[in-house]
Amino acid sequence: MTRTVAASDYQVVIGLEVHAQLLTLTKIFCGCSTGFGGAPNSHVCPICLGLPGVLPALNARVVELAVKTGLALGCAIQPVSVFSRKNYFYPDLPKGYQISQYELPICLGGGLAITVDGREKFIRLTRIHMEEDAGKNLHDVAADGSSGVDLNRAGVPLLEIVSEPDLRSADEAVEYLKALRAILLALGVNDGNLEEGSFRCDANVSVMRKGATQYGTRAELKNMNSFRYLKQAVEYEVRRQVALVETGQPVVQETRLYDPARGETRSMRSKEEAHDYRYFPEPDLPPVRVGEALVARMRAEQPELPRARAARYQGSLGLSAQDAGVLVGDGGLADFFDAALSARGGGAEAAKKVANWLIGELSRLANETGLPPRAWKLTPARLAEVLGLLDAGTVNGAGAKLLVEELFRHGGDPAELVRRRGLAQVSDEGAIEAAVDAVLAASPAEVERHRSGKKDLTGFFVGQVMKALKGKGNPGVVNALLKKKLGGG
Amino acid sequence: MTTANDAALTGLSLQAASLELQAGAISSRQLTEACLARIAATDGRVGAFLAVTGERALQQADRSDRRRAAGGALGPLDGVPLAVKDLFLTRGVPTTAGSRILEGFVPPYDATAVTRLEAAGAVLLGKLNLDEFAMGSSNEHSAYRPCRNPWDLTRTPGGSSGGSAAALSARQCFGTLGTDTGGSIRLPASFCGVVGLKPTYGRVSRYGVIAFASSLDQPGPLGRTTWDVAALLGAIAGPDPHDLTCAARPADDYLAALEGGARGLRIGVPREWFGGGLQPEVEARVREALTTYQRLGATLVEISLPHSRYGIAAYYLIATAEASANLARYDGVRFGLRAPGVRALQELYSESREQGFGAEPKRRIMLGTYALSAGYHDAYYLRAQKVRTLIRRDFDAAFGRCDVVAGPVAPGPAFKLGERTGDPLQMYLADIFTITCNLAALPGLSVPCGLARGLPVGLQLVGRPFDEATLLKAARALERELGPAPVPAALEAAP
Repeated sequence: MTRTVAASDYQVVIGLEVHAQLLTLTKIFCGCSTGFGGAPNSHVCPICLGLPGVLPALNARVVELAVKTGLALGCAIQPVSVFSRKNYFYPDLPKGYQISQYELPICLGGGLAITVDGREKFIRLTRIHMEEDAGKNLHDVAADGSSGVDLNRAGVPLLEIVSEPDLRSADEAVEYLKALRAILLALGVNDGNLEEGSFRCDANVSVMRKGATQYGTRAELKNMNSFRYLKQAVEYEVRRQVALVETGQPVVQETRLYDPARGETRSMRSKEEAHDYRYFPEPDLPPVRVGEALVARMRAEQPELPRARAARYQGSLGLSAQDAGVLVGDGGLADFFDAALSARGGGAEAAKKVANWLIGELSRLANETGLPPRAWKLTPARLAEVLGLLDAGTVNGAGAKLLVEELFRHGGDPAELVRRRGLAQVSDEGAIEAAVDAVLAASPAEVERHRSGKKDLTGFFVGQVMKALKGKGNPGVVNALLKKKLGGG
Repeated sequence: MTTANDAALTGLSLQAASLELQAGAISSRQLTEACLARIAATDGRVGAFLAVTGERALQQADRSDRRRAAGGALGPLDGVPLAVKDLFLTRGVPTTAGSRILEGFVPPYDATAVTRLEAAGAVLLGKLNLDEFAMGSSNEHSAYRPCRNPWDLTRTPGGSSGGSAAALSARQCFGTLGTDTGGSIRLPASFCGVVGLKPTYGRVSRYGVIAFASSLDQPGPLGRTTWDVAALLGAIAGPDPHDLTCAARPADDYLAALEGGARGLRIGVPREWFGGGLQPEVEARVREALTTYQRLGATLVEISLPHSRYGIAAYYLIATAEASANLARYDGVRFGLRAPGVRALQELYSESREQGFGAEPKRRIMLGTYALSAGYHDAYYLRAQKVRTLIRRDFDAAFGRCDVVAGPVAPGPAFKLGERTGDPLQMYLADIFTITCNLAALPGLSVPCGLARGLPVGLQLVGRPFDEATLLKAARALERELGPAPVPAALEAAP
């Protein structure tokens, strides 16, 4: 019997493990800087080098940020959690074991909501635990072809956030990752940088026939350092596994590496080669105790989370779901929006205008320059002033656009700039009428064609008049006068 | 060349040497030169030192003398020559852990205990011999050379801190530091006729001490008298932000409590420690010591430590499991020995470790790796941890009825070199009475209580957590009764 492979007959089951570097100044077990980009092995000390005799001293800030994250994700914060040693040999792991948490992590349960195709879904978390990052192997750095090890990253604090296998498609996985990233950004615990690997994910993927109760054998996918790669890797893997099942071949439990150049996953190591990590409690660190006071302090530090913010934007401010989504998609835009709106004052109407400027012109400039909102020379208060000038008719739309670009790039006082650059709108009927008359007198042929009804040339005349007025004409007055002089239309 | 005057100096206790310094009768340079001469004259036969840092020691001595001349002497250790087990990291001075795999390793930092000794003005003479990575009970597992017992050069000084005890017995220095994971301070102290104290786990910082079994390792002092040990403990004990397992509680004034006597002391005598392999002459010395205590006004209470019989088994699961992880960093990548001519990664690991580790560390890495492996973890490691809890509860119950627990340190006196190297289990049994103290994280002390067949015998005293003061006070009471420990004659015979 031949049969077409039909992915629609299968249920995809995905769980994500996210590793997020915590934004602490120093490493998790020593006083070295967590700064990115130093010369190799410039941020190291005996402790993170794993020299004989050293002991780890836990950075209290790591525990605080873990608790803060756990609270935002609705986890049960564990009053006692325990670090363990995860044993394996690799040159980027100086001690031959990673200090992680195993049986007793700091956070259990919790979860977060995602929206895919307009449907909301809650994705449960299994756990969150604290651990140290490894260093980095550098290949082909020496003339003799030998490899080097950079231990600057060794000991940088990580949170590992593990989801339940609740995700049912590549799109859900991407949405989950985006939502989680937005939450960590809003909390200020992680910089959300997938490319540099400070926010990275592994995906456990399996397929089963629809209606089946037993999960299929899963593969663990690694090396997806963008949302697009995550989607492609999962989709490829689902096709691969469905093809195997369809042809009666077993899916092997293994770790697979995503190759973005080929858009496929490749076997890295099978279950038989999998490490036996021989976990046991870290004897050098006492159990981590989280008291009520710390939990209360981290609860008080909770910011408004992205979904709540988007709901507020749609509800009381009347923004569209799409606009609200764009604004909260990156913590910086939403903060800018709130600050600018608060400076401008007003309700839904003002909100819509502020949002339009942020999503339109300012996003364009941000993309062009690669600058996040906190690096813009334009402050929220200055944007509010520009909108005030626009509403008051001091500048027209084109003028406001010029103003915003100028302020974005160089900063300054909008009103001052309007004066200095002569951007004030011309609303004086006399001046505009003179310009209209001059344009009509200079274009008799076009006037004839327009009046004959052969072609509506209103747009042409508006353009000419605006040009004569150096773009500063009040569009309403220009239109009204043209209409009158051309005799209706 | 050793002069009669040098011999008089090196024969002093730390306390006496310190008093002479304070009285201005001698200088630290004189003391240090006397010790260096004694080491030069005797250590070829003893083998207590792996490295002697004479020049550095003399500089420290001169600084101490200048301090004292300026009226700024630091305390009882100022100017006193000491030495530390080569498991303590010493900045700029090679540290080997008695292993080939650390050959050439020069630490960039000092162990906290070393920092504290130097801050107290002590002079450090060098690094003392030990079993490789502190794994052993005879010092025969040193990758560099065996250490011999100054009482009988054909016998072991005990281990793993063999050099720390032998150097004192041989009058090469006035005090030493060792480490004790299963008896490694108390056993050599007993074999060499000196006083050795394993403090409560967490009393002395482990920072900068090369780890063998992290939940059991504890640095501690050895000396020729209880006063000497009390002074050394006072200098090194106390909280350390670098070691989170080190207790926050400050050190006590051990010297102030030392002469309190034994009157009213309740001494628990565990019946399980007086059976089986205990040699009659050792038992006789221990019983005599107990009788002495009674005469001094102490009462003896028979107690039971029923789970101590599982001590060795539990210990060799927990200690080896932790060691298997602690020794993983010796991979040939960053420091110490790297196998030459190797191109591939796995080969680098296996060749460096094959060449660098001796038989005993390899045996323990294998045992520990096995004990932690999937499918065995619960049956071995986890079960051993449960035994550990039961052993601690035995002591908790006993301390409801007594203030210290007393018994032998080891079943017999120092054994012959080579006698047990072929039989690891026999070697492990030397620690049968000391190991429970480590598993229960309690302080334990060995104090000389006489001779058996001409060899020293130690009495072991185990105390409540952080009650080192009572142990030292009790040991002092016995020491006062027995008089100064005899000087071994073996070394004084012509070489």
